[in-house]
Amino acid sequence: MLSDRDRIYTNLYGVHDWRLASARARGDWDGTKDILARGRDAIIEEIKSSGLRGRGGAGFPTGMKWSFMPKETGGRPSYLVINADESEPGTCKDRDILRHEPHKLVEGALIAGFAMGAHRAFIYVRGEYYNEYRNLQAAVDEARDAGLIGEDACGSGWAFDITVHRGAGAYICGEESALIESIEGKKGMPRMKPPFPAALGLYGCPTTVNNVETIAGVATIIRRGAAWFSALGRPKNSGTKIFCISGHVNRPCNVEEELGIPLRELIEKHAGGVRGGWDNLQAVIPGGSSVHMIPKSVCDTVLMDYDSLREQRTGLGTAAVIVMDKSTDLIRAIARLAAFYKHESCGQCTPCREGTGWMMRMMNRLVEGRAEISDIDLLEQVTRQVEGHTICPLGDAAAWPIQGLLRHFRPMVEQRIADYKARSAARLAAE
Amino acid sequence: MPKVTVDGVEIEVPNGYTVLQACEEAGKEIPRFCYHERLSIAGNCRMCLVEIEKMPKPVASCGQPVGEGMVIHTDSEKVRQARRGVMEFLLINHPLDCPICDQGGECDLQDEAVGYGRDHTRYEGSKRAVNDKYLGPLVKTVMTRCIHCTRCVRFMAEVAGVPELGAVQRGEHMEITNYVERGLSSELSGNIIDLCPVGALTSKPYAFTARTWELRKTDSIDVFDAVGTNIRIDARGAEVLRVLPRLNDAVNEEWLADKGRFSIDGLKRRRLDRPWLREDGKLRPASWDEAFAAIAGRIKGLDGSRIGAIAGNLCDAESMMALKDLMGALGSANLDCRQDGATFDVSNRAFYRFNTTIEGIDEADALLIVGANPREEAPVLNARLRRRWVETPGFVAGLVGAPADLTYDHEHLGHGGDALKALLDPAHHFTKRLAAAKRPMMIVGSQAFARADAAAVLASCWQIALQTGMLTAEWQGFNVLHNAAARMGALELGFLPGDKGKDIAGMMGGGVDVLWLLGADEFDMSRIGADTFVIYQGHHGDRGAARADVILPGAAYTEKPGTYVNTEGRAQRALRAIFPPGEAREDWAILRAASGALGRPLPYDDLDALRARMIESYPVLGEIGVLRRLGHGGGAAPRGDSGSVSDAPFGRAFATYYQTDPISRASQTMAKCIEEIILPRQIAAE
Repeated sequence: MLSDRDRIYTNLYGVHDWRLASARARGDWDGTKDILARGRDAIIEEIKSSGLRGRGGAGFPTGMKWSFMPKETGGRPSYLVINADESEPGTCKDRDILRHEPHKLVEGALIAGFAMGAHRAFIYVRGEYYNEYRNLQAAVDEARDAGLIGEDACGSGWAFDITVHRGAGAYICGEESALIESIEGKKGMPRMKPPFPAALGLYGCPTTVNNVETIAGVATIIRRGAAWFSALGRPKNSGTKIFCISGHVNRPCNVEEELGIPLRELIEKHAGGVRGGWDNLQAVIPGGSSVHMIPKSVCDTVLMDYDSLREQRTGLGTAAVIVMDKSTDLIRAIARLAAFYKHESCGQCTPCREGTGWMMRMMNRLVEGRAEISDIDLLEQVTRQVEGHTICPLGDAAAWPIQGLLRHFRPMVEQRIADYKARSAARLAAE
Repeated sequence: MPKVTVDGVEIEVPNGYTVLQACEEAGKEIPRFCYHERLSIAGNCRMCLVEIEKMPKPVASCGQPVGEGMVIHTDSEKVRQARRGVMEFLLINHPLDCPICDQGGECDLQDEAVGYGRDHTRYEGSKRAVNDKYLGPLVKTVMTRCIHCTRCVRFMAEVAGVPELGAVQRGEHMEITNYVERGLSSELSGNIIDLCPVGALTSKPYAFTARTWELRKTDSIDVFDAVGTNIRIDARGAEVLRVLPRLNDAVNEEWLADKGRFSIDGLKRRRLDRPWLREDGKLRPASWDEAFAAIAGRIKGLDGSRIGAIAGNLCDAESMMALKDLMGALGSANLDCRQDGATFDVSNRAFYRFNTTIEGIDEADALLIVGANPREEAPVLNARLRRRWVETPGFVAGLVGAPADLTYDHEHLGHGGDALKALLDPAHHFTKRLAAAKRPMMIVGSQAFARADAAAVLASCWQIALQTGMLTAEWQGFNVLHNAAARMGALELGFLPGDKGKDIAGMMGGGVDVLWLLGADEFDMSRIGADTFVIYQGHHGDRGAARADVILPGAAYTEKPGTYVNTEGRAQRALRAIFPPGEAREDWAILRAASGALGRPLPYDDLDALRARMIESYPVLGEIGVLRRLGHGGGAAPRGDSGSVSDAPFGRAFATYYQTDPISRASQTMAKCIEEIILPRQIAAE
C-alpha cells in the first residue's frame, strides 16, 4: 500500500484549499525555475527513466512521446494539448485534479511544454466540468499573475501561456485528433494517422496530446527524481495511479495507489470491500467501460497495472474500476454500454457508424433473450468486424465490452435465450 | 523512391505515394468509396483496407504513405474478411432499391457488393430512413442511400469553393445536408452527381429516364463555354438524355460545368425543324427548294459588298469555313464572328489566345484578371485557378472589372480603365507583387475587348505583362479568356472583315442588303436595317429566327460532327450523337446546297473534303487535341496606344450564368436554376 509520503496528489479529496498559496505550501511551484534550467533534453530523459506511461488509457511511454516532437519546426510553433475531456464511463480522476489540484496541472504543463518546445498549451476541459473549469481557469490566472507562467515563466526566460478551452460534451472529443479538430473549431471527428500530431497536429503544427493525470504528475516526478518514481509499482509499470472505484462497493472512491496493487486489495482496503462481501462479486470492468470485463476468478489474483491486465486480455485503461456484484444483470450492463457507444460514435467511418447501432440492437435483444443461440456468434463476428477497422479506437472500445461479456459469460447469455424460449413456448401452450 | 512489394511483386514508387497508389501502380485494384484522386483523403469508408506486414491491424491504403520495404497484401484472407465486414456494414442501412435507382448499373456499391457482399442480410433491424434534402433543381437526393463517403462535401468545399454541403448529427444519425435547403449556388454542382458512389445524389432532370446500358455513348465537346470541356453524350434513339464529362487532364480534368451538363433539355424545345419563309410579314413553313429559291432571288444581281455574314457563338469550324467560302464566292468580305462588338488584334496569335494553357495554370503564382469573371465564363477553368490558389502559399490574385465572388481571395483593384492605367505604374503595390512573382499570369476577358478602346486596353495589358515578367522565353503569362465556343475557331479561320469588308457594326442599319446569320443570336436584332434581307441558319427559334426572312434549320452541336477550338487554341473534334430533327440538316451541308442553288457550288461534296480544305488553309485546325505550349517569342507589341484607355468600367459578360445562348434559353432546367438559385438569393440580398 502506498505510504502517504509517496503520494503525488496530497489534496486529492479537496481537504485543503486549491489556490496558489495553499498549493505552494504543499510543494507545488517549488524550484520550478531550477527544473527548467536543467534543459529540455534532461527533463525528457528524466521522464523517460521514470518509466511514466500515459495515464489516459493507452499507456504509451510519456518521455518517448515527448521526444517525438521535432526540434526543427520550420518556424511553426509547437503545442502542448492537455486532454481534460474526461468522459470514459466510470472515470472521474481528472475531475479531482482539476478542482483540487489545478496548480499541479499548470506547473506540469509548463515543464512539459518547455520540454517539447511549446510556448502555448491548450487544456481541453469537458464541457460538463463547469466548476472544475472555473477552478482551473482561476489557477491559470493566479499563476500568470504570479509570473509563474507568462512572458517569463518562473523567471526562466521561457514564454509560456495556457488557454483553457471547454468542450461541448462529446465523448469522441477525448480522442486526441478529434480533440484537436474540436479546438480548431471543427466537428470533433478523428483524423487519419499518419500524419501523427507530433508532425501535423493542432493548426498543422507539431503537437503532443497528454492526459491531465500524466501532466499533473510531471513536476513531482522531476522534483523527487525518476528513481523514486520508478521504484514504485512494478517494472515497466512504475509509479502511482489514481484509481476510480465505483459500482457495488461499500465506499466508492478515487484513490492514488501504486501500480500493480492486487485488485482485491484495492477494493477491500480503499473501497470498503464489495457489497455483501468478496464472494458476492460477479465481475469487474477494470479500466473504464472500454475494456473487457473480468470474472471473479480473475479478480481474485489479478494485479492492477498495464501489463498484468493485458495478460488477462483486458486493459488498465483509465483505471476506472467498475465493480459489479451478483445482483447485476451483466447483459443489461453491457447493453447500456453498447447504447453509449452507439450514441457517441462520430459517424465518420463505416464500421463504427453502422456497427455500433447493430451491436446495440442485438444486445438489447439479448437482454430479453429474444434471440437464437447463433445470434451470439453473429454478435461476436460483428464485434470482430468493427474492431481494428476504424479510424480511431472508439470502434475497438465499442467492441471490447461485448467481447468480454461473451468470453466470460456466454453460458449466461445462452441461458437467457433458453429462458425466453421456454417462456414463449409456455405462453403459446397456454393460448 | 521507396521499394514496396505488392502481392509478391516488387515495385518502386515515387516518394509520397500512398499505399493505394502503389497498389494501383502494381496493377492491383483496390475497392474504394470515399477516396478520390482529386479530393482530399478522408479515409472514412474503410473499404480500401489492405494488410501490411509488421502492422497489427489492416490499414486504410488511401491514407497510408508508402515506406521503404513495405510488404503489402491486397487480397489475403484477412483483407477480404475486413472488406466483407465493411461491405456488410454499408449494406445494412442501404436500401435494396437498385431496381428503381438511377445509379443502378453504374453504382460503385453495386459493383463492389458483387465482390464482397453476402448473398443475404444478417441484420434484422429496420433500415435507417433519412429525409431527402433540397439541393436545387439540378441535384436530386435520396439520402437513405447515402453511405457518408463525404465526396460531395469535399468537392463543394475544395474544388467548387462553395462550401454549401456538410454533415450534421453524429453516429448513425449523421446526415449530409446543405442545412438551409437552398439550391447549390456553384456552377459545378452537377459534378457531385458523378462523384457520388451510390444513388444518393442523382441528376434531377434525368431522373427515371433511362438505364445506363440503354444509352449510346458519343464523344463530344462542350460548347457552352470556350474551355472545350471533353464530354460524352448519352443518347437513346433520337434523344440526348444526358451529358457527362470525359477525362482530359489538360483541359477539364474530370469536371463539367452545369450549363453544359443540364441545358440539354433545351435541345428538344423551340427547335427549327423545317425551313420557313417570311411572306407578307409572317413566317410560313416552306420547303428547302422554296427557301433556297427565295435566297437566290434576293441575292441575284447583288454586289458582293452588299452581302454580309455573322457567325454565332456555338458554331463548329467546318460550317464557318463553308460560310466563309460561300461569301468569298459571292464576292463578299463582310464577315464577322464578334457579336459582342469586340475587336481583337489578330496580327499575333498570342494577342487573342490563352497562352499559358489551362495546364499551365498549375505553375502560376500570381494572377491578374481584367474584364472577366472566370467563375461564370469558364467555371471549370476557374476551379483550376482556385486549386492553384489553395495549393500555392502566397498566391496573389487581383481583379479589374465588375466585382465577383471568384471562390478565391483576390484584391479588387478597380472597375475600369483607370485601374488598368494605375497598374501600368511599376510602383503600384499590385504591379510590384506581380513583378515579384516567379510565374505571374494575366487573364483578359471578353469585356476588355468589347469596347471602343479595345486596342488600347490590349496594349495596356500587354505592357503590364511585359513590365511584370509575364513574357519570357519560358513563360507566356498573357491570356485571353473567350466565353464563346466558336470564337477561337472563327478567329483562326479569319472569320473577320476582309479587305474593305464591314464588321458587325457596319452591317447594321442597312449596311448590307442580305445578312446571313449562322446561329447568331447574341446581338440586338433591331439594329439590323429594316430592308435588310436576313437569312437565319441555326437550330433554335431564338432572336435571330424571329427577325429572319428565311430560316434554314441547322444542327445543334450534338447533331453534327465538328471541330471546336477552345480558348487555348486547342482544336478538338466532336462526333455526331444523334441526327438533327425533322428536315434540319448539318450546317455545312446546308451551305453546300445553298451554294449550288446560288450557282456558285463550293468545291467539296463531303465533310472530309471540307476538312481537308480547311486544314490545308489553316493547319492549326488539323492538330486535334494537341497544343504546343509556347513561351513568349518576342515580336512586336500590340498596335494600340496604352495611354488612351478610357476610364469606363468593364461590364459583366452575362446577365446570368444559366442563360447565355439559344440552347440554355430554351432549357426549362436552366430557367428553374434562375428561379430557384439566383432569384431567392437576390431577394435575400435585398
